[in-house]
Amino acid sequence: MSSEKINMPQLGESVTEGTISTWLVKEGDHVNKYDPLAEVMTDKVNAEVPSSFTGTIKEIVVSEGDTISVGELMCYMEVANEETTGQANKPEEKQTADEAIEETFTTDDRSMKTRYSPAVLRLAQENDIDLTKVNGSGKSGRITRKDVEKIINSGVIPSASDKAVSSTEGEREPVENKQATQTNYAQSADGDTEIPVTGVRKAIAQNMVRSSTEIPHAWMMVEVDVTNLVKYRSSVKDKFKNEEGYNLTFFAFFVKAIAKAIKEFPQVNSSWAGDKIIQRKDINISIAVAKGQELFVPVIKYADEKSIKGIAKDIAALAGKARNGKLTSEDMSDGTFTVNNTGSFGSVQSMGVINYPQAAILQVESIVKRPVIIDDMFAARDMVNLCLSLDHRVLDGLVCGQFLARVKELLENTTSENTPIY
Amino acid sequence: MPVMSYIQAVTRALKEEMERDEKVFVLGEDVGVRGGVFRATDGLYDQFGEARVLDTPLAESAIAGVGIGAAMYGMRPVAEMQFVDFILPAVNQILSEAAKIRYRSNNDWTCPITIRAPYGGGVHGALYHSQSLESIFANQPGLKIVMPSTPYDVKGLLKSAIRDEDPVLFFEHKRAYRLIKGEVPTDDYTLPIGKADVKREGTDITVITYGLCVHFALQAAEKLEAEGISTHVLDLRTVYPLDQQGIIEAASKTGKVLLITEDNKEGSIIGQVSAIIAENCLFDLDAPIKRLAGPEVPSMPYAPTLEKEFMLNPDKVERAIRELAEF
Repeated sequence: MSSEKINMPQLGESVTEGTISTWLVKEGDHVNKYDPLAEVMTDKVNAEVPSSFTGTIKEIVVSEGDTISVGELMCYMEVANEETTGQANKPEEKQTADEAIEETFTTDDRSMKTRYSPAVLRLAQENDIDLTKVNGSGKSGRITRKDVEKIINSGVIPSASDKAVSSTEGEREPVENKQATQTNYAQSADGDTEIPVTGVRKAIAQNMVRSSTEIPHAWMMVEVDVTNLVKYRSSVKDKFKNEEGYNLTFFAFFVKAIAKAIKEFPQVNSSWAGDKIIQRKDINISIAVAKGQELFVPVIKYADEKSIKGIAKDIAALAGKARNGKLTSEDMSDGTFTVNNTGSFGSVQSMGVINYPQAAILQVESIVKRPVIIDDMFAARDMVNLCLSLDHRVLDGLVCGQFLARVKELLENTTSENTPIY
Repeated sequence: MPVMSYIQAVTRALKEEMERDEKVFVLGEDVGVRGGVFRATDGLYDQFGEARVLDTPLAESAIAGVGIGAAMYGMRPVAEMQFVDFILPAVNQILSEAAKIRYRSNNDWTCPITIRAPYGGGVHGALYHSQSLESIFANQPGLKIVMPSTPYDVKGLLKSAIRDEDPVLFFEHKRAYRLIKGEVPTDDYTLPIGKADVKREGTDITVITYGLCVHFALQAAEKLEAEGISTHVLDLRTVYPLDQQGIIEAASKTGKVLLITEDNKEGSIIGQVSAIIAENCLFDLDAPIKRLAGPEVPSMPYAPTLEKEFMLNPDKVERAIRELAEF
């Protein structure tokens, strides 16, 4: 003998539950297969529930008037063994089999450790995470997006740049990687000093390689007569220094004029972005500041909105921070165009490497007194060369020529009448 | 707030709309005296009379055709197809006329018809009472397809469908009719067509589905919560046109996406959902997009064992979520 369950049958489409209106049998009754057991009422039909077995009613579970779902237990029956179908046990057996299969997955298999999903790769690159140092919680050791997010939130990031030559830069640019592996680096001889490449030097090297391999550079130079500007600055610089406490440099005048010209030629204030060119709305001028072996490019934000005094103040503040090692990444981000004061080293001509991902860099060279012919007469004038490097994917000679001509025009016409300091 | 079943919410919405606007009328097979084979139009004949609750001949093309004509003349018909399986004779009317008339007439004509039809299986209905046919209509600009999951959504969306100026197909899961109950406000409210709804917030897995499967997902999510797997459930509600923004947001949230439909897998609504995610969310994805759907079998079989194999249920959903969680 064995115990069998009688469950609420499906009594019509859309019927999901039924109410036992009357039990037609009581506990201990003997019933034949297909004998009616109970009357059931649904909101669609009234019907009798037949017995699925021949046997004895052992226990009635649901009282009259109760509503139960289709498939729920109504009563138990005692049934002779050959009637048993064994169906009731089947689902459980299957489940344990499933569990066994699942368990085999949680072995020490690490085959998915280096299979990265797009989300994981993106997060790792954005946050400079060395994935080889991350343990994955996914199937077969896979690193999941959640694993990476947890690391980012914890703030303890296994950075790729901590180590010596690591793999992350290579992953992104196959071209660079290829060149690096093929290069036969110089060997040091006796007496030579080897300086390890770390920190800022390494970052400079990477940026320069990236810029010069990715960006097709082109160059232009114009000669500007800044005699008026020199006179103007000389007449106000001492007073300015006394009043403001910092220098009124030539550089501030140059940045001002360049920012103004960028406003008129926004093309030079752009970035190459693969299938599009992004023209920046803000004019944020990066300026190069050297400190010993290091080179920083802090940013004068919204340069077009600032007076010459405002720019001079920013330059003084940023240069001061650079000297004291106080520059933050905030100070150095969001630049859209770079102006480089190469003239401060006495240079009269240079070819700048573009500050990636900007589209151009302008080098302001030394102001030198030179004989110039004006109206068929020699004159001693203050001359300066402006050298522009441009991303030829974004810019062409025409627009850059017009841009430089406009900068030249602005600078040559800088006088106390038309160019207020404040 | 009163608790009512899914089908009571259908009746409630029809009744309120017919009381609100005398241009609203229903037509279909056995919708009048009988109150519908599922009782969806129960009581409407008594309240509104035979002029507004029309028993039609067994001719779906006529039901659609009469409804479309009346709609073009300014009425607000709600046509019932007794089962979505029987909508096929009316497809020409729906696709060629209802869906296109605004475009074809340069906005001179509109067709504000609502066509209701029960769909879906798991009710022992066999081949012609179990199908999901939404994908037939889901590439026909001019049509909208609404497939609600809860009584609350049923009332709000059916009212919006009736008030919509263009044709709306309103598919109701017949197994949900009496299985799903929920609170439904007595006041007059509508819900926007074309907007998906987050039915549960979660952080590990995103499930995107519609209709009855929403409840399977919610039940599985409830169970998995205890194991520490947090499931985000997005109910599409409108399957055409799809709520792209809602889908992108839900998929990006976890990066592991499970799409569920009771329909056959190939060519189903969730294939389109998958395409939207693939186009927009690549860099947020942490696992292959997974689809859980009916097998490539012509229709739901009658044999209970085979029907069970074909139909989705909370266990199948749970297994699929767990697989994704482990990935």
